[in-house]
Amino acid sequence: MTDTRSNIAFVRKDPIPPSPPPAAETGIIKWVRENLFSSLANGALTILALFAIYSFLQFAMPWIWNGVWNTSSLSACRDVLDGKTGACFSVLSERWNQLLFGFTYPSEFYWRPALAFVLLFVAAAPVLFIAYVPRQALLFTAIYPFLAYWLIWGGTIWTPVFALLGFVAGYVAFDRLVKQSFFIAAIAAVVAAGLVWWIGGALLTPALSPEVPALTAVASRDLGGFMLNMILGTVCVSLSLPLGILLALGRQSDMPIIKFICVIFIEFIRGVPLITLLFVANVVLAYFFPPGANIDLILRVIIMITLFSAAYIAEVIRGGLAALPRGQYEAADSLGLDYPQAMRLIILPQALKISIPGIVNVAVGLFKDTTLVSVISMFDLIGMIRGPILASTEWNGVYWELMIFAALLFFVICYGISQYSQWLERQLQTDHH
Amino acid sequence: MAEAAHMEVSDEIAIEIRNMNKWYGTFHVLRDIDLTVNSGERIVICGPSGSGKSTLIRCINRLEEHQAGTIIVDGTELTSDLKNIDKIRSEVGMCFQHFNLFPHLTILENCTLAPIWVRKTPKKEAEESAMHLLEKVKIPDQALKYPGQLSGGQQQRVAIARSLCMKPRIMLFDEPTSALDPEMIKEVLDTMIELAEEGMTMLCVTHEMGFARQVANRVIFMDAGQIVEQNEPEAFFNNPQSDRTKLFLSQILGH
Repeated sequence: MTDTRSNIAFVRKDPIPPSPPPAAETGIIKWVRENLFSSLANGALTILALFAIYSFLQFAMPWIWNGVWNTSSLSACRDVLDGKTGACFSVLSERWNQLLFGFTYPSEFYWRPALAFVLLFVAAAPVLFIAYVPRQALLFTAIYPFLAYWLIWGGTIWTPVFALLGFVAGYVAFDRLVKQSFFIAAIAAVVAAGLVWWIGGALLTPALSPEVPALTAVASRDLGGFMLNMILGTVCVSLSLPLGILLALGRQSDMPIIKFICVIFIEFIRGVPLITLLFVANVVLAYFFPPGANIDLILRVIIMITLFSAAYIAEVIRGGLAALPRGQYEAADSLGLDYPQAMRLIILPQALKISIPGIVNVAVGLFKDTTLVSVISMFDLIGMIRGPILASTEWNGVYWELMIFAALLFFVICYGISQYSQWLERQLQTDHH
Repeated sequence: MAEAAHMEVSDEIAIEIRNMNKWYGTFHVLRDIDLTVNSGERIVICGPSGSGKSTLIRCINRLEEHQAGTIIVDGTELTSDLKNIDKIRSEVGMCFQHFNLFPHLTILENCTLAPIWVRKTPKKEAEESAMHLLEKVKIPDQALKYPGQLSGGQQQRVAIARSLCMKPRIMLFDEPTSALDPEMIKEVLDTMIELAEEGMTMLCVTHEMGFARQVANRVIFMDAGQIVEQNEPEAFFNNPQSDRTKLFLSQILGH
């Protein structure tokens, strides 16, 4: 008996020190064998795939290498190629300005939207990389929309200045009162902003000499090309995010009327194709404004696309809100935070983080959907290609080069957004450091 | 027990619950609850699951709404008036079974958030008092980490510190140790015992009977939404009166 017992008994006297893992076989040979030729079927598929890639490149590479960049029409291009396979990139080198800025934007002012585009990155950086850029830079972000408007559209500087001052007044009023009550602060902000806009717009702007610090005005109908897609995409994404948050919160509200309005709005907008809304913007919306109010077509389109994507973003954020454990709401409540505080400080930061992939999905989709405005005869990038360029006698028939160029522009932006969002998700991880 | 005896209980009434009833839909969860808690009392509430213990203490800070009867906390009656609710919530601290720390904020930010936004304490002052309380729960060195990086026991102690930062007059504990590994239960109970010794009014839903014996001046047994028995811990454990209590105690103390 004692023998069996002593066989079971065990006491560790020396703890086992950690040792390195066995030196596994490494290197490219192993990788190839494991990933490409791990079985007969996989090896066959690998060879098939390599053959498919080779056949594609065999066709595509000469097409790109032999590309012609310096002719003035498709027929001249074909003469140069003389029967060889080759792209006719001359359409890009000759019409790049129209593809980017539209065909009626004054060419001497191209620097203005170009500058606005560069500054967009400067303005976006403090928001996108909030932990790495000094807080003061947000000031430029706040000024940027007004600056960009002034650069692209031109005209008197007083319009954007008073618009900005209105927002500043609203913010100051809100900031003063928010610790007392969120709702009083919100109302005060609207009143203050409205007051400044009214004083500035109706009284001061006519009195101040409007011509002095002014850029030459460019009409909205002269905007076009990829610039138009960028404007619509940036503005609509930035506006639809806050609107989507409000709709998502409204849909969760205890107040039946607010909830009802939000549900109806979201379900209606989601149930209607964007094209329909754009036609409404183009034709029907004018009836809803007071007679004589000539609301810019771009503004009408911005309103419609914003409402459309806000409805989608609202649903994405609702998913994020639903995914939060009930305990987070209870902890916020039990500490005595009121509803706006709990939402702003506890619930939304977490719900938005969960919603990032969905929001980015909507944003990327929206950015590409801005090409739909070509259907209501706005000359965005696609509108330019299908309209003025393909319809011209010189370039009738150059499809591949133009469409690949358009696809490339959109891909660069959308891939950038996607990469950024993945980086942001990693940044916001607060566990397993 | 000896430890409990020296802790003062004043005559001042902290919580008064009269004839309180609550339904979830048609299900009658709390039935005719009458309970008066004096300042400085340490009450342990126990009972089988589904007996309404958690619901009872969650009614005290209105995480659950009661449908009949009155609850008066610190002289303020709980009605649907939001002002009163927020006032009571800022004076009643609560710790949850699953801690419910805010995972996107650091430990320090978790602790200073409510003082800054609800009490309007200046940030620096709030941080100093938070660090003081984190020292008290013995984790000041974790102040800049995130909740996800802490162990369960540490998280629960942070949750206690977070509630204490609001300088509450009453603390509610909803099964604070049920989600913890055995090794971590003690560190949380030690913190709670220390709090009790300072004279905090406490209502704890817990199955830690050792804690009840050592700290509580009253143990309440609930079953089927009713208060079945309440007594001083010594008498409650050694000489339970109701059959239901006897059965319950034999089940949880039997092994």
